[in-house]
Amino acid sequence: MALNIRTYHDVEDGGSDLGDQVARQQARVDARLSTVRHVVGVMSGKGGVGKSLVTAALSTVLARRRQAVGVLDADLNGPSIGRMLGCPRDALAERADGIEPARTPSGVRVMSMDLLLDPDRALHWNEPPEASFVWRGTQERSALREFLADVRWGPLDVLLVDLPPGVGRLAELHELAPELAGVIAVTIPSAASRDAVARALDLSDRRGIRVLGLLENLRGYRCGVCGADGPLFRGDASAELRGRFPVPSLGALPFDPALDRAAAAGGLDAWLSAGGATATELEAIASRIEAALGADRVEDGATP
Amino acid sequence: MKFLCVECDEQMRFEERQLPGDGTLAAVFRCPSCARMMALLTNPMETQLVSSLGVKVGGRTVPETPFEGIRSGVASGREGAFDAEETPRGVPPKVTWSVEAVERLGHVPSFVRGMVKKIYTEYARDHGISEITPGVMDRARTDLGLEGM
Repeated sequence: MALNIRTYHDVEDGGSDLGDQVARQQARVDARLSTVRHVVGVMSGKGGVGKSLVTAALSTVLARRRQAVGVLDADLNGPSIGRMLGCPRDALAERADGIEPARTPSGVRVMSMDLLLDPDRALHWNEPPEASFVWRGTQERSALREFLADVRWGPLDVLLVDLPPGVGRLAELHELAPELAGVIAVTIPSAASRDAVARALDLSDRRGIRVLGLLENLRGYRCGVCGADGPLFRGDASAELRGRFPVPSLGALPFDPALDRAAAAGGLDAWLSAGGATATELEAIASRIEAALGADRVEDGATP
Repeated sequence: MKFLCVECDEQMRFEERQLPGDGTLAAVFRCPSCARMMALLTNPMETQLVSSLGVKVGGRTVPETPFEGIRSGVASGREGAFDAEETPRGVPPKVTWSVEAVERLGHVPSFVRGMVKKIYTEYARDHGISEITPGVMDRARTDLGLEGM
């Protein structure tokens, strides 16, 4: 005879306190992000399309426009933002209410696993390694939560979250920050990128995440000597994706060796100051993003 | 995680948590009606899964500190990644550290040292202890259910 046992929801917490602890964790995220006007994910679904470079360059452009900008590097296993933004490798100051983010020369506040790991060492977690498939995803999700909740981001106009390839971290970000202002989708012209980005756009659509626009990166090669553009990839992923999804175009960027060198040296601010066609295109993309988000700023007295 | 005493139809209450140090965990629950106790035993995988969530079965014994999960979980952290806040100038420290305790603290990787120091200092303050010695550290570990600190 089956026992008449009450269900989980019929019984109150008996002191394990797990549910309340999870709720308190989320409350900490909410409190921290209450001073951030717009949390924006930079996603692709495809690896190697230049998301991190786009994130670093856009954050620098926005900071030069006196926006208060933060960058959260959610690519825990392949962090690169710290180097691109020229973050100092000083110790991060620990305060009672959080960790001070690193600051770039242009004032962008940055948190990345890159700043916490030994150089040339992969992110690996404490025991038990033989069963990491059980807990690794949860551990990484918790690290993302701590990056959101425990960093003293302060009042920000925009917090750009550089997402790793795939769509899993986007879903985690949306669960932790349901007020996500939207995502910037980055693609390259190839068919492989089109397919991967289509999946990411599909996930965004299913979750009701606003896509601020599609940015086509590596659209051709810009000669570092004469400035002429040449072909790089076959395909027109951006146009095909915009035919399938109702997303606006944010613009396109070529592969520009000067931009690449500037990012490798942490010199994006100086590169922007020098101007040039690519810098102008990047400025135009930043303007479209600003327009999509709304123009008022923290320093103008706008309430986050 | 809830436990129901089927005989009494009563929800069992959390009693205590034990961390034997081998990666396993024991959480004891008691029926408030018949006083029957039962222990939840988790293997290292299960213990790590719960730990990965950043929660403690039975509730926290110390307040959460910034980057607690990252600092206690990352094995490849950079030495000197964090710089703990110093006591403000002019404010005498209420808790001192013995030479032996400082030496022992020095064995803790610097990636987590600031967090560990803070936990022991707050434990000492809460218990009216003016000097932290290795004995105090041992007591705190037991009382707070800390592992690997």
